[in-house]
Amino acid sequence: MSESPSSPLTTADGVPLKVSLRRAVRRSKIKAFLLVSPLLLFLVIAFVMPIFDMLWRSVDNPEVSAGLTRTVEALEGWDRQSLPDEPVFAALAADLLEGQEARNLGLLSSRLNYEQSGMRSAITRTARGLRTMEPPYKEALIDAHARWGDLDTWKLIEREATPLTISYYLMALDRRLTPDGEIVRAPENQRIHVNLFWRTFWMSAVITGLTLLLGYPIAFLLSNLPLRHSNLLMILVLLPFWTSLLVRTTTWIAILQSQGVLNDVMVAVGVIADEARWQMIHNKTGTIVAMTHILLPFMILPLYSVMKTIPPSYMRAARSLGGRPFLCFRRIYFPLTIPGIAAGGILVFILSIGYYITPALVGGQSGRFITNYIAYHMQTSLNWGLAAAIASILLFVVIIFYLVFNRLIGVDKVKLG
Amino acid sequence: MNDSLEVEADARETIDTGECFARFLNVQKSYDGVELVVKGFNLDIQQGEFVTLLGPSGSGKTTCLMMMAGFETPTHGEILLKGEPISGLPPHKRGIGMVFQNYALFPHMTVAENLAFPLEVRHLSKAETRKKVDHALAMVRLEEFGDRRPAQLSGGQQQRVALARALVFEPELVLMDEPLGALDKNLREEMQYEIKRIHASLGVTMIYVTHDQTEALTMSDRIAVFNDGIVQQLATPETLYEEPENAFVAYFIGENNRLQGEVVEHIGDDCQVRLDSGEIVLAKAVAAGGVGARTTLSLRPERVTILLDDSPPFDNCFEGEVKEVIYLGDHLRTRLTVCGNDEFILKTPNAKGHPSLRPGQTIKVGWSSKDCRALDA
Repeated sequence: MSESPSSPLTTADGVPLKVSLRRAVRRSKIKAFLLVSPLLLFLVIAFVMPIFDMLWRSVDNPEVSAGLTRTVEALEGWDRQSLPDEPVFAALAADLLEGQEARNLGLLSSRLNYEQSGMRSAITRTARGLRTMEPPYKEALIDAHARWGDLDTWKLIEREATPLTISYYLMALDRRLTPDGEIVRAPENQRIHVNLFWRTFWMSAVITGLTLLLGYPIAFLLSNLPLRHSNLLMILVLLPFWTSLLVRTTTWIAILQSQGVLNDVMVAVGVIADEARWQMIHNKTGTIVAMTHILLPFMILPLYSVMKTIPPSYMRAARSLGGRPFLCFRRIYFPLTIPGIAAGGILVFILSIGYYITPALVGGQSGRFITNYIAYHMQTSLNWGLAAAIASILLFVVIIFYLVFNRLIGVDKVKLG
Repeated sequence: MNDSLEVEADARETIDTGECFARFLNVQKSYDGVELVVKGFNLDIQQGEFVTLLGPSGSGKTTCLMMMAGFETPTHGEILLKGEPISGLPPHKRGIGMVFQNYALFPHMTVAENLAFPLEVRHLSKAETRKKVDHALAMVRLEEFGDRRPAQLSGGQQQRVALARALVFEPELVLMDEPLGALDKNLREEMQYEIKRIHASLGVTMIYVTHDQTEALTMSDRIAVFNDGIVQQLATPETLYEEPENAFVAYFIGENNRLQGEVVEHIGDDCQVRLDSGEIVLAKAVAAGGVGARTTLSLRPERVTILLDDSPPFDNCFEGEVKEVIYLGDHLRTRLTVCGNDEFILKTPNAKGHPSLRPGQTIKVGWSSKDCRALDA
């Protein structure tokens, strides 16, 4: 058997080596895929699809084009300088009549009301008298509600006839489109979201800092104690995971409230007067204290996993070379734990900005997070588009943090044990 | 009279500081309050000496080193450095260089930064630091590697950096805790010579801990053989090998044939021992007890000679049956049954005209009573 050096390698029976290898690994590949597929399927259905649905909802804009089909069509070629002509008004009357009969005017009126308050009542009131309305519709409609005589109303209808909109994102950032398409800040009394975003971020940063401050020494102890003791300590660290989140949060209410354990003790000892009990719950303090406690293990575990890999001989070497204990810590130990600090920090921060239950229970009015507003828009105001936009912004922030972290430290450094 | 007294006192002081650079005084160490890891350790180390603490793992040798470095406190006793007790001194004030088993190079610093660390903490100027770092790198022949990270170096190079770092701030005493343990055999030998060369050229005092007897024999001026928390023998490599004082040292250093028996009679420095198999052997009485005491005879395999018809007679001659012959290139190892011991090893150089042995053959072997040491049981 002589082979020219350029011909592909073959097995003994002449099958090309690559083909043969592919055939050999196919079975194991299929097996591996089958093992992963239940989780993969679950993730696609329960994680990937909802995220895309949310992203879609944050820009989806079907209400105007579906509810005012004829009007939108008739508005084509409108000069935007003067009120539209009779055919447009006739189309509007027909659309509203149809909507009222099909009982789906609510979607349209809510959608327009988000952009311009008062639109809901304009549409419901107009629709009520529609049956008896006679042409010419222009006069009749303007008669029914003055809004139809306002140029801005028509500009709004024309603008929102597009299938996609950025107005939910603008709303989430306390911005607004003027009738002429300029982006301006919302009136002062309606600016809530940006402040909430900032509050969420800075409080999360404070919580992250506190968990680091409290967790660093514990993680150090955990990684340096003999195994027998460190196991016990590890159980104590993990104990919160075995207790219901709700129980832990409500316990903080019992401890921190005005008539709670901590205030009672301080009054009894005489640190504070009975009339001047501290307000430590249902405000920012409550949120920060409870969340620091709940998220502490997420800081300790990545720190511990990094510290465990630092041999004690590094510090000993540094000491023997003449470094004072603190200098050795600052120059040798601390830099080596930075991957753990970053991993724990990013983990706690990301978990924190998306936290809902704890701020909702102990945050009161001033300690609430942006997540509580997502819930509000989902459950109470039913403005799902806005909820989706806020959630998407949070998602983008998390992705940015993730990318920065991955660039600086590397995600493969994150370990939990 | 007064003058001569003063001179005497002066002389004693110079002897104290000159001869005993470092000193362990009856040092004991216990971790749990129940068992002593180090049981009364005494050692005087002279300036410029290379002393090795040799022993099996768990014998307390590393603990002694750690006490000298200041990472462990003696439970009892005192450690003196240049005549000063140092037990109260924290590690960073002792000025002792140390090389660790895993090198302990700081992974987030370059080689040059690693070497600069001990100089920085001593507030040396930038220029001086640079000069000393370059000098230290040149000493271990790693001039080109200053900008590398430790992870980019091979094991041997890391070892040399660790050595340079322990020496760069010019300590008078350098401690080494099994520094070559992680290297493969060839590299280890190369590093042994390198360390020896540096020791000779700098004249620093070194305390070296190892469990590898070859390493200890090659490098040291003196070796303290540790077992069970006490020093079994403290001597030069040659003395240790040629004249072990007890059965443990004989067993631990080098290869060794052991014959068990009972002392029958003392004849001057020698004694007659009746082996358990009945033969009488004449041996040098080193640590054997009185008549009737149990004793272990220790005999180096290379000191046993195969007797030919024309050989001069030895004071110990016995017949042996060849069990196994192993060819090792430069020498042959023959396992024999001699005096009821079938693990009796005979080492013969692979020289011309040497009789070739076959298993099953019966030969005559002999050894001098000087080479056969009667030790404790």
